Formats: sequence, C-alpha cells, structure tokens
Amino acid sequence: MADKPKIAFYWCASCGGCEEAVVDLAEDILSVVSAVDIVLWPVAMDFKKADIEAMPDGSIAASLINGAIRTSEQEEFVRLLRKKSGAVISFGSCACTGGIPSLANQFEKERILSYVYEQAPSVINELKTRPQLESKGDEGHSLELPAFREMVRPLDEVIKVDYYLPGCPPTPKLIKEAVTALLTGKLPPAGSTLAPDTALCEECPRKDSKPADLAISEFKMPSGAVIDPEKCMLAQGFICMGPATRGGCEALCIKGNMPCTGCFGPTSRVKDQGAKMLSCVASSAAGKEDAEIDKTLAGIPDPVGTFYRYGLAKCRLRGKADRVPGKGVRQKA
Amino acid sequence: MNLNDKISDKAPARIGFYICHCGTNIAGALDVPAVRDYVAKMPGVIVARDYKYMCSDPGQELLGKDITEHKLNRIVVASCSPLLHENTFRKALEKAGLNPFYFQMVNIREHVAWVHTDKPGATRKAKDLCSAAVRRVKFHKFLEKKKVPYHPDVLVVGAGIAGIQAALTMANAGKKVYLVEREPSIGGHMAMFDKTFPTLDCAACILTPKMSAVKSHPNITLWTYSEVAKTEGSAGNFKVTVKRKPRYVKEELCVGCNDCIDNCVFKEPKFADEFNMGLGKRKPVYMPFPQATPHVALIDAETCLHFKTGKCKQSCAEACDRKAIDFNQKEEIKEIQVGTLLLATGFEVFDAAKDPYYGYGVHPGVYTSLEIERLVNASGPTNGEIVLRDGRKPKSVGIIHCVGSRDAKTNKWCSRVCCMYSLKLAHLIKEHTGAEVYNFYIDMRTPGKMYEEFYDRLLEEGVHFVRGRVSEVSDFAMSPEEEGKLILRAEDTLAGFVRRVPVDMVVLSTGLTPKKDSQTVARLFNIGRSPEGFFQERHPKLAPVNTFTDGIFIAGCCQGPKDIPDTVAQAGAAAAEALALIDKAYIELEPDTAFVVEDTCSGCKSCVPLCPYTAVSFDEVKKKAVINETLCKGCGTCVAACPSGSIKQNLFEDEQIFSEIEGVLTND
Ligand SMILES: Cc1cc2nc3c(=O)[nH]c(=O)nc-3n(C[C@H](O)[C@H](O)[C@H](O)COP(=O)(O)OP(=O)(O)OC[C@H]3O[C@@H](n4cnc5c(N)ncnc54)[C@H](O)[C@@H]3O)c2cc1C
Ligand code: SF4
Ligand code: SF4
Ligand code: SF4
Ligand code: SF4
Repeated sequence: MADKPKIAFYWCASCGGCEEAVVDLAEDILSVVSAVDIVLWPVAMDFKKADIEAMPDGSIAASLINGAIRTSEQEEFVRLLRKKSGAVISFGSCACTGGIPSLANQFEKERILSYVYEQAPSVINELKTRPQLESKGDEGHSLELPAFREMVRPLDEVIKVDYYLPGCPPTPKLIKEAVTALLTGKLPPAGSTLAPDTALCEECPRKDSKPADLAISEFKMPSGAVIDPEKCMLAQGFICMGPATRGGCEALCIKGNMPCTGCFGPTSRVKDQGAKMLSCVASSAAGKEDAEIDKTLAGIPDPVGTFYRYGLAKCRLRGKADRVPGKGVRQKA
Repeated sequence: MNLNDKISDKAPARIGFYICHCGTNIAGALDVPAVRDYVAKMPGVIVARDYKYMCSDPGQELLGKDITEHKLNRIVVASCSPLLHENTFRKALEKAGLNPFYFQMVNIREHVAWVHTDKPGATRKAKDLCSAAVRRVKFHKFLEKKKVPYHPDVLVVGAGIAGIQAALTMANAGKKVYLVEREPSIGGHMAMFDKTFPTLDCAACILTPKMSAVKSHPNITLWTYSEVAKTEGSAGNFKVTVKRKPRYVKEELCVGCNDCIDNCVFKEPKFADEFNMGLGKRKPVYMPFPQATPHVALIDAETCLHFKTGKCKQSCAEACDRKAIDFNQKEEIKEIQVGTLLLATGFEVFDAAKDPYYGYGVHPGVYTSLEIERLVNASGPTNGEIVLRDGRKPKSVGIIHCVGSRDAKTNKWCSRVCCMYSLKLAHLIKEHTGAEVYNFYIDMRTPGKMYEEFYDRLLEEGVHFVRGRVSEVSDFAMSPEEEGKLILRAEDTLAGFVRRVPVDMVVLSTGLTPKKDSQTVARLFNIGRSPEGFFQERHPKLAPVNTFTDGIFIAGCCQGPKDIPDTVAQAGAAAAEALALIDKAYIELEPDTAFVVEDTCSGCKSCVPLCPYTAVSFDEVKKKAVINETLCKGCGTCVAACPSGSIKQNLFEDEQIFSEIEGVLTND
C-alpha cells in the first residue's frame, strides 16, 4: 500500500454533486480506488485533520478539491492540502470559477446574514441572534466557528492550483481522463484545464442549424416555451451559453434538449465568460432603437444569473458597491 | 529592406524612450525631466531622453542614431496626438532599420498638457501613461503593411451641381464614373432657378451644357430615378447595390418627343407637379421639366389610370411609335464595384409651415423662395410671370429673410445663401412686376466676390430694406390701406419703432437644412454627421471634403449650406482628392487588422454579421469564421464579440492591452 500514490479529495462551498460525480465513475471507481491510496475523503471515509497535518510536506500525490471558498476554515484546510500535495486539482465549477455559491457576491455579507438569520420568512429570531466566531457554553467550554468572508472566491485565488477540471460536475469521462493522466504522469503543462479549449458550439449536434445572421427579437425561458429538439437554442431565442463555454461536456444539456448554462467556464483565452456572452448576445439582438432593445432584453429577467451562473467570482467587475442609506456608497471587500 | 523578422519579437526588449517638450506646449505644463527620469528606471529601458521638438529632423535623427548605437528594438515617444506624428516616427524607425510597429506613441500634449493646470498632477498622469506605453511596447510584434489594388471606378451619389461637376471632372480625367440620382432628372436645386446671384446669369444657360455633357460622356454611366441600397467593403474596394425604380418608359428607346403626354387619356394636366413645387400641374405621364436630363418621359404609377384601375386604353403607349412605353417594367438591381464614393446629396429647404407666425399654407399670398424661383422662371408654371394664386399681379411684396435660420426655435445656423438669393429675388420681382419690394433682414450677410456690390446695386434700384425680424404675417387690417392685404409686423431696429407693412405677396426665404433621410444615408455609407445633421467632414479646415471613412468624399450642400461657387469648388476638390487615390493605384492597409485563430474557433458564427465592413464570413467547409484582411478596418467589434476569444487583433492583443492597463494603474 505504501507504494501507491496518495490521493486526497476535499470539499468546500459546494453542493456535493462533485463527490457524486466521482462515485458515478461506477465500476471505474474500483480500479481508481485500487490504484491509489486515498488519504482524505470526508464524504466517504473518516479522516481527521491531524492525520493530514502529520504527513510529510508534498507526500500527497494529488489533492482534488471541489467547492468555492467562503469561510476561514476552508482557507485553512486548502492551505494545508496545498502544503502536503504535489499537485492540486481545482475540481468542478465552484472551485474553478466560484460556481453557484458565488452568485452570493451580488450581495454584501451583512445583507446575506441579516436575510438568513432575521428576514427570511421561515425564520423567527426575536433576539436577532447571529452565530459568533467564539461562544462560551454554560459549563465554561468555548466553541469556535469559522469566519464568514466578505466574498466567495475560486480556489486559485486562495492557493496555487496546478490543474483545473471544469463542470458542474465534471463528466465521468473527463474525471477518468484526468485521473489516468495523473497516474501515468502524462500531464499537460501546469496551469492547464483538463478539457478541450474550444467552445461548445464546435461539438454541438445543432451547430449547423445556427444561422450566421442571428437577429433575436424575443428571448425565451426554457421553463415557459416548447423547445424544438433539432434547432440551435440561440436561433430559437433561448440563451445558450455554448458559444462562450468551453466544450468537453459532449453537449450533454443540448442532447437533453436544454440550453447550455455555461458550467464549463470560459476558454483559456477569455477572462470573463459572462461579459463575453453578454457582448455576443447584445450584438445578436434585433432592433436598433432603445425601446425595441429594451423590449427584447426584457426576455432576460435575471442577467447575472444567466450570464454568470457559474462564474461570478471570476467577473472582472469586482466589489459591487452597496448603497447604504445615509452612509453613501460602500465598496465591498 | 528587411526590417527584422518575427523572431525579433521574442528578443529581450531594449527600449528607447523620448519625451518631447513641444516648445513650451508640453514642457510648460508638466515636469518633463521628472517623467524622463521615472521612465529611465523602468525595466528594459536602455535610453530615456527629452528633446525640444521630437518631430523635427534632428529629433528623428536622434532616434535613428540611438537605435543603431544602442541596438534598441522598441521605441516609445511621448509627444502629441498619433494622428499628427505617428507616421513620422514610424518612418524614422523604418529608416533606422527597425520594424515601424515596434513603436508606441503617448499623447501627453492633448491628453495631458492641454487639459490640466495642476503641474504635479499632470506630471503624475504623464508618468502613468508613459509607463503604460513602455510596458505595452514590449509585446509589440513584427507587422507589415499590405498593398492592395485600388479600384479605379467611382460612384457619385446625387446629381445636383456638386455631383455633376465632380463626375465631369473625374470622367474628363479618364475615370469611369457611375452617377446615381434619386429624381427622374439630374440638376438638383440649381435646375429650378431662373437666374443666379450675383451675376444674374441664366441658371439654365450655365447648367444645361453640363447636364448634357454628363448624359453624353462616354465615361459616365448615369442612373436617374435610382438609389443606393447597400454598400459593402472599404476604400479601394466597395461593392455597391443600386436600385433603379421603374419609370415605365424604356430609357434607351424614348426620344422625348412628348407624343405620349399629348395623347394621354387625361386631356388636361391634373396632378400637382413636383418640380414646380405644386404650382403647376402635370399628367400621369410627364417630363419633369423641358431640359430634363435624361430627356425621357416617365409614368407616375400613383396617378396613372392603368395602374390604379387596370382599365385605361393606354393611348400613350399607342401614340409612341418607338414602342418605348412598358407597363411591365420592374425595379432593377445593379451591383457595381468601385474604389471611391463621392456623396453630393445636397440639401432640403426648411419647411415653412413649421413657423406658424408667417402663415404659410394659411394665407394664399405667402410663398416660399423656391416657389418664387419657379414663378420667375420662363419655363415655370406661369411662363415667368409673377402672379398671385388668384392671377393678380402683386403691387407690393415683402421678403422675410432667415426663415428657419439663425433662430433658436428652429435652426441655429446661418444658411449662408438666403440674404443673397433674397436680394436676387427682390431684383427679379421688381424687374418682372415693378412692385414695391420690402426686404426684412436681421443682418445683411454678403460675404463673397461681388456680393456686397450686388447689395449696393439693389439699394440703388429702390428696393426697401427694413432691419428687423418679422414677428408675424396676418390679414388683420387696422386701417383702410391694410384692407385685403397681408400685413408684416416687425420692429425696425434701425428706426426704433414697430412697422406694419401691408403687401400683396410675402416671400419666405427659407433656410437650408440637412435632408430628412440624412441619417439613413450616413448610416448606409458609414460616415458621420455633425450635430445639426449635415455630413461631417474629417477636418473643418484641412480636410473639408474628406470623411472619417477612407475613400468616401463629400461635396456641396450635403456638408453644409453654401452657394453655387463654393459648391463647385468643393466638388472640384473632392474630385481631385479622389483622383489622387485612384492614380496611386494601390492602397496600403494598416496592419492593425483582426484574424481568426482557426484552431480554436468553434464556428459559432457570432462574429459573422457584426462587421461593419462585411469582412467576416463563414467557411462552410471548415466550419470556421474567416476575416478578409483587405476589408477589415481594425474596428475591433468582432474581437470583442467572439465569445470564445478566438479572434485576435494586431496591435491590440490581450497581453498588450492588459500590460497597458497595468501600467496606468501601477502607481508608485
Ligand atoms: C431658393 C434658393 C435660391 C438659390 N439661389 C442661388 C443663387 O442664385 N446662386 C447660388 O450660388 N446659389 C443659390 N442657391 C444655393 C444653391 O441652391 C446650392 O448652392 C446648390 O444647389 C447646391 O448644390 P448641391 O449639388 O450640393 O445640392 P442639390 O442641388 O440639392 O443637389 C442634390 C442632388 O442630389 C440628389 N439626391 C439627394 N439625396 C440622394 C440620394 N440619397 N440618392 C441619390 N440622389 C440623391 C437630389 O435629388 C439632388 O438632385 C439657392 C438656394 C435656394 C434654396
Ligand atoms: S448556441 Fe448552443 S445550441 Fe446553438 S450551436 Fe452553440 S451550443 Fe449548440
Ligand atoms: S415614351 Fe415615346 S412618346 Fe413618350 S416621349 Fe418617349 S418616345 Fe415620345
Ligand atoms: S475588427 Fe472585426 S469587425 Fe472590425 S473591421 Fe475587422 S473584421 Fe470587421
Ligand atoms: S465568434 Fe469566434 S468562435 Fe464564433 S465563429 Fe467567430 S471566430 Fe469562431
């Protein structure tokens, strides 16, 4: 057992889907498990932080970390793993680009806490109690909670990341390829994303039905319209993130007759996926006069959630200013 | 000369930095030595110098000498706007054997010295901008200008005197010219006039020879009753689609004998005649005016019985022994390839009804100046007799200047010709009718050769001049002599009291305005407009007939109000500018064009429809986008829009732009 490469799996701000994806490898998981020595996998096995701390630096061949970073505890743990690992793989959309949790970056920390602990319809909290970093119990013992940071960050803004495996979650095929590459040492240059570097349209079965002179006069939501199973989604007026999203998923959503929502993130050449898709969609909207344009854009009721569903933490426009009544504009951290 | 090669892109940067004093322009507003010393410490900078005038010969030689002596491979000059001297410095690099695109210019004159008064702040900003350029220039790459052939043919749009003059000049120089005119005949406004100021020579006598010269010129293809529907491409290589409206008379067969008109089932002319401003009548088949060029009849489908009911016996067609009438004529689409476009689409007169106090359209005795031009014209609706709508000869006439000009409520600008044509009309009215003529003016503007002399002559002829803006024209009589007259009320600002002048006829000297469709036309040709709507020249003094789009020129009143002499001069200038481009025979393409990185393009086609110059197309075999670099003008639209980041633009690559931003933001 000592000769087998050591592997760690860890999760931060995530939904657990990435863990599920690893399990989804089905029978292939067994060959992976037998080929490696798993030293950490909180979802499936019982390990303690102290076990990892006791290991020599660099002794873990690779750590696969999913989830975005929101709390001090997550920071601490991924820093520890970084120290102990040869390679760190940013696993899944949340680790790579912030994912769904980073949509919270639209709101100031205080607004989130006051909603969750005071205003949400299901909450009754007359004393307005908030979780404290440190609290003393009746018997004199004290309890420590992780700090809740101002913003959600992708993994590579906290520790150095060697490889990225995108997707919400990454597909079994890509995971298998990544693990195989790890085990055989056939890895691309550090910093690479372990998926193709062309946009999804390239591999989309509907590509040929996309017209060259797209002039969208009405945007539709998949929930409120019938989707033609053959025609390009954008040509039908559904926002499809395909043109701005890295391929490699084999167009799973499109094959399931749903538009691409962008979970694979941008290609290596694009810094801000949402901004790119926005400028692309804006140029495909029919209408030249302001009123017409407004009418068309009304079909996209939640632009941030549409264009930045998985990537708000990587958005170039940071530190959304919150207007606090009486205090003017305050910049977020 | 082999100016390095692509390999030198990778060599470690050896940067030369030069900051110009521009006399005291720059040196007076910021601390030049401080900027020089700041940049000198930046990594990669080998020499940093300041100099009084970088653009002077010694300045350029200094640059060249340093390149050789210090083996510099990147140059940054901080001075004025690149519009002025980017080429100068690029040439200096080239002369010293360095690729001219290993160069970046910083505009610290217009962007810093001229807009700031705080010296330390200005110095700080200059440092930031220079540091941005120094960081960026390291990423500059070896580039080459490409030469492509310049198509020698020209399209002139609009055949008023401006278009006619320009077309003839270029055709006489041996160029093939397409002349497209919207109306059935060429001639524009000038064809409507009887006489022209200040010489009072007959407009037709000087215009019609030019009109027939156009018609018969072997190098001119004249398409009247036609409009440009689409333009693609750029300087040297435009593709233009022209729509030819059906006139239902075959142009090549008709000889203009008028037999069709004489035999039309309408025995008398019945419909308002456009050319005569509705003062006369015409039949559904008609000739716009006697000297119309081409001299070909046309049928107006709106009024023709055949088109309206399908039940006409078509006596016109029967009468035509040349069988020229063709009720089945269809709109024709022509596609042409030209290198140069010259726009001469002229003006429109101010709509007098928009000034309600003057009663145009309410009082029959109120006319516009253009209507009077037709009335005094021997070939006009009254054969040159000036009579009121009820047939009376006016005994007194009031001419109101500046209607729709110099007026905050309508148009602010001076239309430049109204004073002069009002004097002309005053003279002609007096000559034709012997009436008392009153000119109401705000200021008398007669700048031009022999113009003031013309005004003097009018003063001697006994025309009355009242200085003051007319406040209203009414038919409300306050005394017996005002009975049945139109009364002009104006404060005589020289005499200092309010006058009431009763007259039989009022002439409104309406100003010149942009054409209603000027925005559509500007978009069609991708040129700009100035705030009031006339086409925008590239520079008001130094490039008056150029536009911001290369290969497209403007002449005449489409650029702004002017008289015929100025219009003709501009037309000549525009033709000369066009000839200069054509005779060079090729056009050098700036290398800041975009290109598709084929390997990574996903074929999403997002970029294809966006290019304003239609440079982007889709390769159906490879399923990838392609950019025709000959057509690309480097606007960057597709680069910004490509959602997968697969389009790059020379001189605007990501690393160049981001390092530049870093440079501005790194404030130490
Ligand atoms: C009442 C009056 C009297 C004047 N008297 C004098 C005078 O005595 N002496 C003098 O020097 N100046 C005089 N002027 C000024 C003179 O009219 C102008 O200087 C001259 O007509 C300008 O010529 P142009 O070719 O620029 O425009 P225009 O004469 O307006 O010609 C433009 C031509 O372009 C055509 N056109 C427009 N749009 C399009 C399109 N999209 N496609 C194709 N064709 C198009 C029009 O049909 C027209 O034929 C007078 C002006 C007015 C209003
Ligand atoms: S836009 Fe979406 S549906 Fe259309 S081709 Fe691209 S990935 Fe496929
Ligand atoms: S259409 Fe025939 S009849 Fe009419 S003017 Fe021309 S040639 Fe004469
Ligand atoms: S940069 Fe792109 S959009 Fe702009 S001219 Fe070139 S090809 Fe066309
Ligand atoms: S927008 Fe980009 S990816 Fe899409 S076709 Fe054009 S170059 Fe290719």
